[in-house]
Amino acid sequence: MAKGRIVVNEDLCKGCELCISVCPPGVIKMAADRFTPQGYHPAELVDPDEECTGCAICSIICPDAAITVFRWVPADKIKSTAP
Amino acid sequence: MTDKKMVEALIFSKPESLTDVPTHYCPGCTHGVAHRLIAETIDEMGMRENTVGVAPVGCSVFAYNYFNMDFAEAAHGRAPAMATGFKRVNPDMNVFTYQGDGDLASIGAAEILHAAGRGEMITVIFINNAIYGMTGGQMAPTTLPGQKTTSSPLGRDIESHGFPLKMCEILSQLDGSAYIVRRSLHDPANIRKAKKAIRQAFEVQRQGLGFSMVELLSNCPTNWKMTAEDSLEWIEENMIPYFPLGDFKVHPAIAKSKKG
Ligand SMILES: Cc1ncc(C[n+]2csc(CCOP(=O)(O)OP(=O)(O)O)c2C)c(N)n1
Ligand code: SF4
Ligand code: SF4
Ligand code: SF4
Ligand SMILES: [Mg+2]
Repeated sequence: MAKGRIVVNEDLCKGCELCISVCPPGVIKMAADRFTPQGYHPAELVDPDEECTGCAICSIICPDAAITVFRWVPADKIKSTAP
Repeated sequence: MTDKKMVEALIFSKPESLTDVPTHYCPGCTHGVAHRLIAETIDEMGMRENTVGVAPVGCSVFAYNYFNMDFAEAAHGRAPAMATGFKRVNPDMNVFTYQGDGDLASIGAAEILHAAGRGEMITVIFINNAIYGMTGGQMAPTTLPGQKTTSSPLGRDIESHGFPLKMCEILSQLDGSAYIVRRSLHDPANIRKAKKAIRQAFEVQRQGLGFSMVELLSNCPTNWKMTAEDSLEWIEENMIPYFPLGDFKVHPAIAKSKKG
């Protein structure tokens, strides 16, 4: 089971690639096949081996608050759940 | 596998204290990081309804569109004066200015000096990117010796242009200042430390201890003419040696509480 995942808001992402430069398992890639409404290639999670840990390091460096991070945790440790 | 029930938790999402408006900042510009840290801190302190920010002139001139709270726009360099008025009339409000290095250390040098000297109970978030970003990359008071800008194409020459101003070092000398620290936004670990410092600065204000300022070493990939990733490295390799990170003044009442 995956430990974490991210969702990139393509209205906000500017394709700066900073998230890619800091992601420990290297599971973020630029989507070369499409453009955002602002005209950038967005970042996206490409994680076939389910290596994302939900560490949130990508969201800490993202200048556009474009990344939402989820992580699987024991039910008794929960603060807020995924919608 | 344990048989413990696992659920998918929300670890991070855009803070409530930011609007959904996409910013006009260039890709990779740390103005966006600074905005988010302020917003996260205000969310965590539950002060969104009780905060007023003052935007500068500079790239962050439209900050009021991005923060989901009361905001005003000051004339160039005059944010500390406007914030002084807000705070004196509404002493229970959390009042902060957001200022670039041209705004704060050049045209607004007198304002910031006297606001700190008077010990105004305001918080200043100072974005030092060693350049005038908005106007096309001219030399700022914080431009490093030898740094090429559009108005110093051969590099800043200290013989004719003088030395950069170190605002934390200057303002920490004044009796009115209570919390003066410098942090950097060049990597995730330092961004975390920057957020803690913003929290401490707002605490200093809440406790009425005096003037507080957090200087954040920042990038300008566009005018530095480099990629976002290279610009963060440039901060680490060139700015930090000249503008050392650290605590230049921490009021004893806050130093006793948890470290920031
Ligand atoms: C009275 C006045 N003088 C000069 C200007 C031109 N001007 C606009 S922004 C700016 C400096 C911006 O640099 P900084 O404060 O470092 O902000 P940054 O864009 O780098 O974030 C200047 C000189 C102005 N708008 N108003
Ligand atoms: S850091 Fe943010 S804006 Fe930059 S590419 Fe990644 S998601 Fe997009
Ligand atoms: S949460 Fe961590 S592992 Fe997952 S994409 Fe972001 S940086 Fe990579
Ligand atoms: S010009 Fe520089 S400071 Fe202004 S938004 Fe672009 S990168 Fe940021
Ligand atoms: Mg500047």
